[in-house]
Amino acid sequence: MTDRRKRNRRLVALLAGATLAASTGTAWADTTLTIGTVNNADMVRMQALSGDYEKSHPGVHLNWVVLEENTLRQRLTTDIATHGGQFDVITIGAYEAPLWGAQRWLKPLDHLPADYEADDLLKNVREQLTVDGHLYAVPFYAEASITYYRTDLFARANLTMPDQPTWDQIRGFAQKLHDPAHGVYGICLRGKAGWGENMALLGTMVNSWGGRWFDEYWKPQIDTPPWHQAVNFYVDLLKNYGPPGPSDNGFNENLALFAAGRCAMWVDASVGGGTVANPKESQVAGRVGFARSPHQVTDKGSSWLWVWSLAIPSSSRQADAARDFILWATSRPYAKKVAERYGPESTPPGTRESTYADPDYLVAAPFAKVTYASLKAVDPAHPTLLPVPYKGIQIVSIPEFQAVATLVGREIAGALAGRGKVDTLLHVAQGAVDRTMKRAGYYDNKPVIQKQEATP
Amino acid sequence: MNATVRKRPERLLAQPAIVMLLVWMIVPLAMTLYFSTQYYNLLYPGKSAFVGLENFAYFFTYPSFWTSVLNTVVLVGSVLAVTVVGGVLISVLVDETFPGQGIVRMLLISPFFIMPTVAALVWKNLLMNPVSGFLAWLWKLFGATPVNWFADWPLLSVIVVVSWEWLPFAILIFVTALQSLDREQLEAARMDGARGMAIFRHLTLPHLARPIAVVVMVEAIFLLNVFAEIYVTTNGGPGDATTNVPFLVYTQALLEFDVGAASAGGLVAVVLANVMAIFLIRLIGKSLTER
Repeated sequence: MTDRRKRNRRLVALLAGATLAASTGTAWADTTLTIGTVNNADMVRMQALSGDYEKSHPGVHLNWVVLEENTLRQRLTTDIATHGGQFDVITIGAYEAPLWGAQRWLKPLDHLPADYEADDLLKNVREQLTVDGHLYAVPFYAEASITYYRTDLFARANLTMPDQPTWDQIRGFAQKLHDPAHGVYGICLRGKAGWGENMALLGTMVNSWGGRWFDEYWKPQIDTPPWHQAVNFYVDLLKNYGPPGPSDNGFNENLALFAAGRCAMWVDASVGGGTVANPKESQVAGRVGFARSPHQVTDKGSSWLWVWSLAIPSSSRQADAARDFILWATSRPYAKKVAERYGPESTPPGTRESTYADPDYLVAAPFAKVTYASLKAVDPAHPTLLPVPYKGIQIVSIPEFQAVATLVGREIAGALAGRGKVDTLLHVAQGAVDRTMKRAGYYDNKPVIQKQEATP
Repeated sequence: MNATVRKRPERLLAQPAIVMLLVWMIVPLAMTLYFSTQYYNLLYPGKSAFVGLENFAYFFTYPSFWTSVLNTVVLVGSVLAVTVVGGVLISVLVDETFPGQGIVRMLLISPFFIMPTVAALVWKNLLMNPVSGFLAWLWKLFGATPVNWFADWPLLSVIVVVSWEWLPFAILIFVTALQSLDREQLEAARMDGARGMAIFRHLTLPHLARPIAVVVMVEAIFLLNVFAEIYVTTNGGPGDATTNVPFLVYTQALLEFDVGAASAGGLVAVVLANVMAIFLIRLIGKSLTER
């Protein structure tokens, strides 16, 4: 009896001591943060620099899970949807942040400290991560789509790239510069199936032909002339003036092709600029020009906006330590640290006004001006020529979008590989998307989910 | 009831194991059945609702469904044909004694021990790559344009990879079976003047009937579930050219996060596998029971 009581008392004392130690010492003594992130160059740099963070925050250990984009997305989605709690910090995009924020799956990041300078974040970028006035993720880097072109090839052929080209002009250039005998292809574009791969580009192409994913009543608009025109144009362009096997090429494959000097033009994410302009990683550094993403009927939604951002799942038990880390990794001092270590052109782009006010960066990064102008020009709230009930340019801010765009993307990649006709597949896709939306209750009088407010 | 139990205590002792097995099987199956009647999108767990058989209707009318069934049948059928025919021929060939027989047999069987993902990567990047692959080099050696295997002949390429993996299994079974072939019978046949072809047709093949049945059935079970090779090499594409039923279920569950339709698809795959198994057993099972 007494023995047990004694033991109990000792236990209580021990517990009290532990609590005391925890509250008096640094708030996160001996915590391990599990960070899920993408294997893109900027994130790999973050991992390399995180040793500094661990040094200045004794007791904090960072456990990195670095995965390819699609694999990471599967891991994160299953974990967060089932409240698995595996991760303390997650890397998510402009698609997930508002959806998961609205679900309260993420910790809101209110009351940011003054030295974080939240006002320095680009307004367009911050808005993508905000739901009902709460910020749910902090931007790590942001990208628009831009046109890359080889200034030496253009000069040799006496061509001039306009600041804001049209797709017809791009096709004209591609035709003249396509020279497969010498290993130079007219244009490289994303062909790999996936809503974040080929459908990102095709989303902007459809927008610039005046099309849209859904009308105001959530009826899919895939079997309409703008889609047929845009997708046929895309398939013809790549088949005639693209590299062999374009349906295998995603962002990274095209980046490698362009950096090896195999593409005369390339329309893709502005974040590739850091690589193609870096002489260590690119054979064409110094011979690359940058222009706005091509448009056609309209320039509305002709350039995409994507934000890689860091967020904290609400299932994390070390939210305070996680918050400290993500604020560090998206801060101005961090950007400066990257510039010092890897050169100014490697600064995480697209998130802070101050980056674009820095003359060193503007000189070192020839793509900075176009990126900044594109990021400023996009308007995710009014992405298309005709009104739509959703936000986002190359994405539609509803959970069903992944299913819908995965399906359409797969069909188009098939057509690019020579299987099936574009017109038939768009008709089939229209039916399939309609079914998905019907299933999800978009056409019922009583919708199962809260629909997004229609934009005026 | 109590009396019988007391009479047979061993039956009581077996109960825990049986219950364990039952739970092991029933719980996942029941959950799959339950989920197959729900509208359950992983991205919106709050709005799950009972939808009856809608998930099945959805899965059956999915644009890629019939393609995937056809792909599954073609894949299983061709790999079975290649491994059985090729396996028998190679085993007969290496059954004759020749110098280095042990090493050759060893090499023939070794691909079976390579993990499917590794095998697929080797084929994709080292052999069939249109720029740097061995086959591309071979093609160029003869002045031909290298073939972009996984883009232009996707299903054929997957069949080649999977056949390469399963051929050793067939050889393993057939070689061991041939060793039990009665040598006296063989000599008697030779003395009667039978030539190689006749011996093969009337002695070897009948002797191999039972092992062939075993190979077909074991392989069919595994081939219906081929996933890793497709995931690594073609990702089901281009389009849905190499999407089989398991890959379609994966697409539903982890690319579209539609748990309901994926569960329905899983059940459909189970039924499909059973139909094929019954068909195969009817077709070949006879040779197992005849003797």
